[in-house]
Amino acid sequence: MSSSALSPLPIPAPAAQPRQRTLLGDAARRFARNRMALIGLFLVGLLLFIALFVDFLAPYPYDAADPVQALQFPSAQHWMGTDEVGRDVYSRILYGARISLAVGLGVTAIALLIGVPLGLAAGLLGGPVDFVIMRLVEVFTAVPALLLALLLISVFGGGLGNVILALGVVAWLDACRLLRAQLLSLRERDFVLAARTVGVSNLRIALRHLLPNALAPLIVAISIGIPVAIFAEAGLSFLGLGVNDPIPSWGKMVGNAMSYMRVYWYLGVYPTLAIALTMLGFTFLGDGLRDAFDTSAEQ
Amino acid sequence: MARYLAGRLAGIVIVLLIVSVVIFLLMHAIPGGPFDEDKVPLSPAAKANYLAKYGLDKPLPEQYLRYMGNALRGDFGIPFQSPTETVSGLIARTWPVSASLGFVTLLVALPLGFLLGVLAAVRQNSWVDYLTSSTATLGLTVPNFVVAIWLVLLFAVQFRVLPTGGWGEWYHYIMPVTALALAPLALTARYTRISILEVSRADFIRTARAKGLSSPQILWRHTLRNAMIPLLTVLGPQIPSLITGTIFIESIFRVPGLGKFFVTSILRRDYPMIMALLLLVAVVWSLVYLITDILYVLVDPRVRLDKKNS
Repeated sequence: MSSSALSPLPIPAPAAQPRQRTLLGDAARRFARNRMALIGLFLVGLLLFIALFVDFLAPYPYDAADPVQALQFPSAQHWMGTDEVGRDVYSRILYGARISLAVGLGVTAIALLIGVPLGLAAGLLGGPVDFVIMRLVEVFTAVPALLLALLLISVFGGGLGNVILALGVVAWLDACRLLRAQLLSLRERDFVLAARTVGVSNLRIALRHLLPNALAPLIVAISIGIPVAIFAEAGLSFLGLGVNDPIPSWGKMVGNAMSYMRVYWYLGVYPTLAIALTMLGFTFLGDGLRDAFDTSAEQ
Repeated sequence: MARYLAGRLAGIVIVLLIVSVVIFLLMHAIPGGPFDEDKVPLSPAAKANYLAKYGLDKPLPEQYLRYMGNALRGDFGIPFQSPTETVSGLIARTWPVSASLGFVTLLVALPLGFLLGVLAAVRQNSWVDYLTSSTATLGLTVPNFVVAIWLVLLFAVQFRVLPTGGWGEWYHYIMPVTALALAPLALTARYTRISILEVSRADFIRTARAKGLSSPQILWRHTLRNAMIPLLTVLGPQIPSLITGTIFIESIFRVPGLGKFFVTSILRRDYPMIMALLLLVAVVWSLVYLITDILYVLVDPRVRLDKKNS
């Protein structure tokens, strides 16, 4: 671009096969060049692998208590030691991957199930529908999500399913707001006007023109929502309000460790490490996806 | 401006009313009541007496109206979990603890984060930049209760230089503030850096350079002032959660703040406390959003509030 103005214009190579470029193909190429994103992909992949094959990987069942073996420091038998009732910490950490993943995916699914239809309705229908939905969003914003989840859990009771449900019910705001904002801006673009001019129906415009264009930001929102959900579950279980005891939630393990940590440090170290690595993995992956789909950041 | 403010305040009042109804209904939908046998051993007659005393035997709409009527006159009732004081008294006793923790945290996090962000932007791709961006990544992704546990393990268990928790001395602030400050610090540093780099590419910076201003002059008079604008949006939402107390950190470090009441009130069906706490949080949130929007106008004359912006 900065080359001298006098140089002749480069003549395009004749009939060079134009490589088919797609949104997904471009995004994948940008993603593969991003080191952080690859680290994130690796960590998430590892979590997925552990969650799927934990039955073959874990040396002990997650709920096999053996009081004689309680509070053993890490050794060859118990790589991460044993907890206060003699359960193998390593096995429980591995099984915890399954819980975290179930929470992350389950909460996101519920959030999308509520947020996407509401966002679509607000963005496409506008008017009074939009007004009512946005006031609803405002009400939910005024109460912290964690507290509302707490309230819901005490209404429905604890347990993994209810925790996922409660967190999902409070997590739909982002998907809804994002989709609405996307639709509002897309609606004014020229290609929508063009489609309308040639007589495309409103429904078809929404499904074939607007929704695909709003998809990329939605994917990003999902990948950023997953770690938030995992963090919330860990927090609730840490306070003793989430998943109940034999189920190996990392947050619950940290909570239980609080009274033993002064001596049995390993009880605090391993579950917190597992939470931190999971959060890092999903965040790197989410950031990587955002950069990969962000066409405005093209260098 | 006055019209805009009136509209926003009216909006806040409406949202608060809706929040209060929703919370009231949800709260009474929780199975179990505050005077059930698992909480206090009472004979059925005594229980009925208590229910009558607190008006809990009345139909829900009447209870709600009575509560709101009293609340408007400043009477928020008596916390069931601590019947010797009033809800207002309990909040007045514990909120300053949480607020001081939050205030010190902001006092540490904002200037330090801003400084790091400026350094990282000015010395782009230097070690300061890399240090800042990796701290920012850690601070934003690792949950604060995980950081808190690591601090306890390191400084209280391994090196034994700090107590594991407690309240009252200056050194009790060190670990909770560090754990709490990391996220807002990271956020401030990251956004300061990005927005400085963005502003540096603007035309008026090129003009300033062209007319011969020195680099520090440009940085202080032109770049920083403009770079602070986007920070407002990011930092606004950080403030209420810090001031209203963070449940995890206060529980780990045994800080006698407001945080634990969010949990105990719900567990013990302490209706007056639940209402008061959630309304308090809702008020703080709404006001912070309003103040953020007003600050925008003060910092950036290009922003107009009365115009419809969507």
